Amino acid sequence: MRRPDKVDKELSPVPVNTKAIGKTYEPTTYAVGREKIKEYARAVGETNPLHLDEKAARDAGYADVVAPPMFAVVYSSPSVAPSLFDPEVEMNFAMMVHGGQEFEWGPLVVAGDEITTTASVKDISERDGRGYYVFESVSVNQRGEQVCRGTWTNIVRGV
Amino acid sequence: MADLSAGTQIPQVRVTPDKYLTARYAGASGDFNPIHIDEEFAKAVGLPGRILHGLWSMAQVARAQTEAAGGPATLKRLSVQFRGMGVPEQEVVVTGTVREASDGRVIVDTVAEQAGNQIIRNAEAELQV
Repeated sequence: MRRPDKVDKELSPVPVNTKAIGKTYEPTTYAVGREKIKEYARAVGETNPLHLDEKAARDAGYADVVAPPMFAVVYSSPSVAPSLFDPEVEMNFAMMVHGGQEFEWGPLVVAGDEITTTASVKDISERDGRGYYVFESVSVNQRGEQVCRGTWTNIVRGV
Repeated sequence: MADLSAGTQIPQVRVTPDKYLTARYAGASGDFNPIHIDEEFAKAVGLPGRILHGLWSMAQVARAQTEAAGGPATLKRLSVQFRGMGVPEQEVVVTGTVREASDGRVIVDTVAEQAGNQIIRNAEAELQV
């Protein structure tokens, strides 16, 4: 015999709103500063002189200090943050956790680069009473080379 | 560069985030969510206290890979799942094991834990060496 609570759950419609899937946001451009790279590198404990010393970076053939790969968070956030707060996405922040993150990197970013990032809603789905909100960011440098693609997965409990 | 043949463990990264780390990382990253920097706010929303930024913890996992493989250019992809909560003033340990290595392409299974709890799990890194 099926329990009433189970029947209710099966009959209820999928509670996440999927209409924002595919929505793309206005690109943002981030100018990468030398001291910002150093500040970020120190905060995450990097000791590689490529991130901290412009002379070491130049001696290694780079134009200026090199951003640690995870600096992608810094240059892509101005584009990703507004997508998370988009009312059309209907993500319940009170119940949200950052569930997963992927980055795929291309050429390294160095101080002086200008990185343009475009965010989009990749997927919205529901499984086992949890909503999965997946955003994508694509970042290119001033030469049009893709330096990073990010996949940001947020999980909302009790949708 | 560390030995990155299949089955070997990459050198561990061990780091203890100090009391003010979350404030410095907030400034460096731009993520000022009060659960990371405001003890009272964090407790008011049911957390044990301020928690680490997941993306800072992910940066430690990234650093373990680039230090093992010889620099930032080696890290081509990193995917992680955030689980549990990291807290300041407790050592974070990143470990990893090379799953595959062929033609300079290395796949590492890696995690970050704190006091035995995984705060980053099911992470996979792809390195070009």
